[in-house]
Amino acid sequence: MSAAVDMRENEEQVLHAERAFGFWIYLMTDAILFALLFATYIVMLPGTAGGPEAKALFSLPRAAGETALLLVSSLTFGLATLAMLAGRKQAVLGWLAVTFLLGLGFVAMELSEFAGMIALDNGPERSGFLSAFFALVGTHGLHVSMGMLWIVVMAAQVMIKGLTVPVGSRLFRLGLFWHFLDIVWVGIFSIVYLPGVM
Amino acid sequence: MLGRLTIDALPLYSWVAMSGAAVTVLGGVCVFALLTWFRKWGYFWTEWFTSVDHKRIGIMYIALALLMLVRGFVDALMMRGQQAFALNDGGYLPPGHFDQVFSSHGTIMIFFMAMPFLTGLVNIVVPQQIGARDVAFPFLNSVSFWLTAAGAGLVLVSLVIGRFSTAGWTAYPPYSGIGTSPGVGVDYWLWAVLISGVGSTLTGINFLVTILKRRAPGLTLMRMPLFTWTALCVSVLMAFAFPALTVVAALLGLDRIFGMHFFTNADGGNMMNYANLFWIWGHPEVYILILPAFGIYSEVVATFSGKPLFGYRSLVYATAVIAILSFTVWLHHFFTMGASANVNAVFGMATMIIAVPTGVKIFDWLFTMYRGRIVFHPAMLWTLGFIVTFVIGGVTGVLLAIPPVDYLMHNTTFLVAHFHNMLIPGALFGFFAGVQYWFPKAFGFRLETKWGVRAFWFWISGFYCAFMPLYLLGMLGMPRRMERYDIAEWQPYLIVAAIGALLVLAGIVCMVVQFVVSVRNREALRDGTGDPWNGRTMEWATASPPAPYNFAVIPQVHELDAFHDLKARGLAAQRPEHYEPITMPRNSMIGVLLGAFGFALGFAMVWHIWWLAVACGLVMLGAVITRACNDDAEFTLSAEEVRAIEDQRYAPRDGATAAGVVS
Repeated sequence: MSAAVDMRENEEQVLHAERAFGFWIYLMTDAILFALLFATYIVMLPGTAGGPEAKALFSLPRAAGETALLLVSSLTFGLATLAMLAGRKQAVLGWLAVTFLLGLGFVAMELSEFAGMIALDNGPERSGFLSAFFALVGTHGLHVSMGMLWIVVMAAQVMIKGLTVPVGSRLFRLGLFWHFLDIVWVGIFSIVYLPGVM
Repeated sequence: MLGRLTIDALPLYSWVAMSGAAVTVLGGVCVFALLTWFRKWGYFWTEWFTSVDHKRIGIMYIALALLMLVRGFVDALMMRGQQAFALNDGGYLPPGHFDQVFSSHGTIMIFFMAMPFLTGLVNIVVPQQIGARDVAFPFLNSVSFWLTAAGAGLVLVSLVIGRFSTAGWTAYPPYSGIGTSPGVGVDYWLWAVLISGVGSTLTGINFLVTILKRRAPGLTLMRMPLFTWTALCVSVLMAFAFPALTVVAALLGLDRIFGMHFFTNADGGNMMNYANLFWIWGHPEVYILILPAFGIYSEVVATFSGKPLFGYRSLVYATAVIAILSFTVWLHHFFTMGASANVNAVFGMATMIIAVPTGVKIFDWLFTMYRGRIVFHPAMLWTLGFIVTFVIGGVTGVLLAIPPVDYLMHNTTFLVAHFHNMLIPGALFGFFAGVQYWFPKAFGFRLETKWGVRAFWFWISGFYCAFMPLYLLGMLGMPRRMERYDIAEWQPYLIVAAIGALLVLAGIVCMVVQFVVSVRNREALRDGTGDPWNGRTMEWATASPPAPYNFAVIPQVHELDAFHDLKARGLAAQRPEHYEPITMPRNSMIGVLLGAFGFALGFAMVWHIWWLAVACGLVMLGAVITRACNDDAEFTLSAEEVRAIEDQRYAPRDGATAAGVVS
């Protein structure tokens, strides 16, 4: 009988490994999506149509603040993962909450940046360059918002079901997603904001 | 409340459009009435629509593909009919309508005929070829199918409510922009492509994981059947190319809805960026369509020559090389963009290089037949027809890969002839061969061959008749997509091409007859063995049709051509001592739900019914979250249930010898 239980557990582990692998591949498709948006942004840099250029639009302190929030949120998600491996449910929930708040701060800063630009008539319909900027940064922001929704869903699952094997496996994939968004942001910071203000 | 949807959306502008709409609506009503009359809704709902079984999903994909093939072919007939008579004459189609017809023909044939066809065949066959019980993500598979069906539904609905795009299947801006195409047509194209494109990306991910992670023990990569190899390469292409289509369609949508300037003529837009992004997806797409057919030909040619494949390794490497090179040639679709001569030269050479691995494959198939005992089954006929015809298309492709030649030929019917010459033999004939070959596996009885042979001869003669004149017309300078013309010299060729289309119609009729006759004679055509062609690969080891779990016991593979090896060792028909319980995925209605609301979302976006779009988006999000919290997606078939199913399979044999293998 215990052999059968072992086999069942083994089967479940294989299943979660497969899902993690599939999720990695999904992340690669998402990376291609971002790569093409990056390429489009670079191609459209000169397309300002008499409107503002990057230099006039971006502020380094704001971008640095957004970067700090997102990088720290990656750290706090890592701490949530460690708490999960240690089986500490309350700590998992706590770190997820902190991660969520940091993500919220990031999205709020981004939205205020967008709102400020739109208020000055520098919205996405102003020029090809601005369309590309809003599409690239906005797609990332949308991903972060989806990630936050997912954090809420997972926190609810942890609360209701506890740290079961399927919940842990989902939390692991959410972690991959969250860290991936961090890496994309590093790309945005280096390609959009840094050259823009330097 | 209803956005820009008004009574004017009905196709009252021409009798042709009205009859098209009437046929579509009547067809839908008939299916609905028949299902209701025979009380089959419950059956289809529980056994098919909500099924996550890869074989069922595969069959639904192919049913969708065949339906859309007929629809797309009617478009082709209409175009040939128009051009045959349109010398100095408006013909029977007004220009705007003719443009809709060629746009929907291309869109349907690529996205909603060829894609579901190949995905269906891969679905039915690949898990069985690798000795797996299902794909890695059965639920995701169902979602992929229903998203594809939702996209196809949008194209079908555009015939009844509103109009379809007139911007061709590639929807190039600035023509597809809001300024020149303010109607709903481009939006129908856009949302059909976006929604089904997500489905294709998920299919790519699913089969990549399935093939890499779910192979039977002993089935190393270099022992995989060639069809599985092509499916693997195609999955990579799907996963890595389709995001480009998603991006380009989304950006065009942003231009159209929010007045952004990605591809506009002014305000910093860059329309050539559209061409680049579109073909970064579009060229790999060509190989997504062709590679699975190459895989099918490889299986068919080996089986019906009674020999192992010649040059298995070279075929594998050729497939992989084609998959990689397919990402390096996209610019040859727009040499005339005006990039520098060096850029064009690089892409021209890369294009010619692809001919090398393709040529390797042709020789491998020829040598497989050499000294084989060839059986001229319809599947084999399609293969032979492909080899001859595809070489012609390949040669014209190398011709077009020379940038100066392309400057002369681009946008002429020469190009139309070329890509039909690649995709009809290179993809469609292969899918037909696959249907002839694997039909008994899916349904348990063979297809009758006489009508299959007739279908082949009508199709191939029709193909030559329809497309060879287009090569000549292209050299005479006839542009593609002409609704009328005033050069009398062109007309005879166009009449021959129209006759070709009628021959293809006869071929399609023969196929329908073949299905009807085969279903009627199914008892005589029954295949009790599961292996009607003396096959070589693992899918022939299962019952026909296979049990839900395919393999009661996962096979151990020792060789290439694993099933042939088992038969040679005399182990193929052996029953195991005892059975184990099997974990199976549960059916789920969430796939259908996502498809239905995806369709409604697309429809709402096309007509700018924003509240409906938001509502559908929220429902879909809710459905995904519900699924993401589900811990109970599987059930277990007990060993006794497995035994009962297997006993039934072996009952004729065991009963006859009166000595079944009992545990």
